[in-house]
Amino acid sequence: MKQRNDSARLHVRGLMAAVGVSLLLGGCATTNNPRDPFEKFNRAMFTFNDAVDRNALKPVATAYKNVTPSFLQTGVNNFFGNLSDLWSAANNFAQLKGRDGMNDFTRFAVNSTLGLAGVLDIASPAGLNKHNEDLGQTLGYWGVPAGPYLMLPILGPSTIRDTVALPGDWWGDAWTHVNDIPWRNSGIVLRAVDQRASVLEASNLLEDAALDRYEFIRDGYLQRRESKVLDTDKAQERAEKVQGKLDQVQEKVSERLEKLGVKKPTPPGEEGDAAADAAAPAAAGSEAATGSAPNNPPTPAPVSSEPVQK
Amino acid sequence: MKPIAQLIVTAATVAISTSLVAAPAVAAAETPDALVKRVSSDVIDSVKADKDIQAGNRQKIMDLVNSKILPYVDAQKMTQQAAGRFWRQATPDQQKQLTDEFRTLLVYTYSGALAQIKNETVEFKPFRADAAATDVEVKSQVNMTRGEPITLNYRLSKGAQGWKIYDINVLGAWLVQTYTSTFTSEINKGGIDGLIKKLHDRNQQLASKPLQAPAK
Repeated sequence: MKQRNDSARLHVRGLMAAVGVSLLLGGCATTNNPRDPFEKFNRAMFTFNDAVDRNALKPVATAYKNVTPSFLQTGVNNFFGNLSDLWSAANNFAQLKGRDGMNDFTRFAVNSTLGLAGVLDIASPAGLNKHNEDLGQTLGYWGVPAGPYLMLPILGPSTIRDTVALPGDWWGDAWTHVNDIPWRNSGIVLRAVDQRASVLEASNLLEDAALDRYEFIRDGYLQRRESKVLDTDKAQERAEKVQGKLDQVQEKVSERLEKLGVKKPTPPGEEGDAAADAAAPAAAGSEAATGSAPNNPPTPAPVSSEPVQK
Repeated sequence: MKPIAQLIVTAATVAISTSLVAAPAVAAAETPDALVKRVSSDVIDSVKADKDIQAGNRQKIMDLVNSKILPYVDAQKMTQQAAGRFWRQATPDQQKQLTDEFRTLLVYTYSGALAQIKNETVEFKPFRADAAATDVEVKSQVNMTRGEPITLNYRLSKGAQGWKIYDINVLGAWLVQTYTSTFTSEINKGGIDGLIKKLHDRNQQLASKPLQAPAK
């Protein structure tokens, strides 16, 4: 517990340093969105990124997508995805998600060997799904607030917290440890192109849907990030799991009772100690099932939009 | 060839005859998750069966959206929530215009998304809700041929015409919430009429622009 506090404090310090830096960057902040005090700076950066994208990244990614055979693209995607599984596993463990951590680690182990250094993703068809956790999410899990929105040059949308976590993620990215510089750099470029290629269609759609692309991306990104930290998509899964365990316990209890020769299972409500114990997690489970109350302890408001009126 | 021709004729008839107001009577008795499942598999099957749609035939896609999706969407509620506190400041006429323009924009966006359906499959998560509930969330994910699955959740509320969708969550972001601040800043700049005009201009622009043909 103590350790956790210490590390949290450390991060807070880092956070404050980062806030200071971005205040410098931001200069005069004209804003109406409380999550985006550096809007002026962010917009400038967004314009810059957009120009880079339009003139370099997007054309290259489009060519890559149209020219390279799709098995090659899948291979590239799998290869880098496999490397990220290792760091994701570490972050799962750091968030006490032992099962997901083991899962991601197994993915890495299986795909790195049987999957020919990760080029083939044989773990996914085997039911081992990716989790994609990073250091920013780990910090979020332990209660570090996301802080203001920040548009990073080239790297795109982020928050203060995630920017602070970036060096960690950089270190955790196995590819950055490749010693041969030309190899390393070409790999980084290839990965960027591949990632851009995989969202080409989505980005085209976005251009249609958004009145103001900057705002649209910002609000979408912040929501998505928050939901990833809270794992709202897994809340239901967890609820089901709790429910399943409960059912098992109940079954066992009634089995035992029968073996002991106790008269017929009693009506619900007085099924002995085990059922009473189980009642507490049941309540937690049903809460999670509604989707609005995630289990992670240190979380602020739910992701859902404002309550339905009338 | 004949059955296909027949199918097209039937589809066209359905498209013409289904007006927005008259949601099919089935909807009332259907559970919300069954409704979403039916609509989504219906739409996906239609797309996969139609080469024109895959090639980006805008008219056909729009017909599909209008006939198979819109009857189950509560566009007014969506608009109302996206407009937030400004909704009540708008005159009934402005409310109607705003709803119409926003709905059109959503149709264009959705059409663009539909044209890109290829081998993706939709997987629904187990649905649990109180039988008496009038506001629920149906959860699904789209499994892509490569990369992570995409979260796709729906919020539905029960009204006089049965269950209707009023919000969609893509990749963890709710559509209405994502539009909220855009609406707010546009209204702050040019009032409600300014927002209506902005939406209208965008729709005009999208109407004249060819649909992006899916890159193979």
